Amino acid sequence: MAVGKEIRTKIASIKNTQKITRAMEMVAASKMRKTKDRMQATRPYARKIAQIIKHLAQANPEYKHPFLIQREVKRVGLIVVSSDRGLCGGLNSNLFRKSLSLLTQWRSDGVEVDVCTIGTKGAGFFCSLKHVNVIGQIGKLGDTPHLHDIVGVIKLMLDAYSENKIDELYVVSNEFVNTMTQRPTVEKLLPVAANDIEGSLTGHWDYIYEPDAKEVLDHLLTRYIESIVYQGLVENNACEQAARMVAMKGASDNAGKLIKELQLVYNKARQAAITQEISEIVAGAAAV
Amino acid sequence: MTMTVHVDIVSAEKEIFSGLAEMVFAPAELGEVGISPRHAPFITKLNPGEVRVKVTDKESYPFFISGGMLEVQPHLVTILADTAIRAKDIDEAAAMEAKARAEEALADKTGKIDYESAHAQLLQAIMQLRTLDRLRKRGE
Repeated sequence: MAVGKEIRTKIASIKNTQKITRAMEMVAASKMRKTKDRMQATRPYARKIAQIIKHLAQANPEYKHPFLIQREVKRVGLIVVSSDRGLCGGLNSNLFRKSLSLLTQWRSDGVEVDVCTIGTKGAGFFCSLKHVNVIGQIGKLGDTPHLHDIVGVIKLMLDAYSENKIDELYVVSNEFVNTMTQRPTVEKLLPVAANDIEGSLTGHWDYIYEPDAKEVLDHLLTRYIESIVYQGLVENNACEQAARMVAMKGASDNAGKLIKELQLVYNKARQAAITQEISEIVAGAAAV
Repeated sequence: MTMTVHVDIVSAEKEIFSGLAEMVFAPAELGEVGISPRHAPFITKLNPGEVRVKVTDKESYPFFISGGMLEVQPHLVTILADTAIRAKDIDEAAAMEAKARAEEALADKTGKIDYESAHAQLLQAIMQLRTLDRLRKRGE
């Protein structure tokens, strides 16, 4: 029957799309579980190093590390952690909107900004902006990023800080609230804000440093910054998979709805054609 | 009862050990150290080597670490292990690379698009090869 040929092909094509989105949903769901595990696995380190930094802040070292000293802010560094791929709902655009509002605020304060991006989406976005100075980027880290992948980007920023090129360093990434909610957050990395931490260790004391305070603190603070950024990256990965899962579920549902509607239209057209044919036959028979 | 101290060994990618121990041995930069409970506050860098956690006289666990940090509080020993062997020059090279990538992308804004289309082409080629493979197998 020639009726509704177009509608039938349309339904078939939507069904194909639905198959793809459903497959992507399931892939994202299984990846999300893995990335979430990975996110949880990195937490102990982050917690421990934060604890040590806290202890350190309460000690009374003779040596003051530059990472702990507040400076007048003329130029800031920003590390943006984004995903490598799209099709994950508003995850990246929300993050970029947050970063843009930060950038405009800094610009109105007369503060210049250097940006480093992690993830190809961020790289594409910030390179296309006119007033943004992108000094480093890394992407295509995959689902199992390693700490040593992002060392380069961080070192770039830390060196800039040590050379007084930037006076503050921030990181923007998505926070995994739950599967349905991901929140873009900004965290200040440098100078390390140690004053806001309440302590249990009191009295005048200091560590025994080996080999010396400068070297140990250098090492420790670098690791601390790295661990925060790495944590952000791993968390962002989990967010990406969760967002993609939700987006693809929405897409599959929409496709299902569309198919239902089209099927209804198709059935109606088919019914009308049959009715018409019958009435024609009956009319013909009556005429004879 | 013998005195014990809480020991945590963590690396950036996972938790390795957490529990009470009688003594911890670690390869500090200036030589191997043994930490007993109620040691004075102490912080040092670690060399690649073996960390040994003595839980009881008979029971002790060895771990290999490729460098890291050791922090000692009277009641707490924390070892932050590095996951990979790190050298200053490797860090430097990674930094240079990240910078070069940014410059490249800025100089050639079409580059990213080209990459994506190339990637799509590559995927297509792989799929084609795979199909051919399957067809060949069926033909045999």
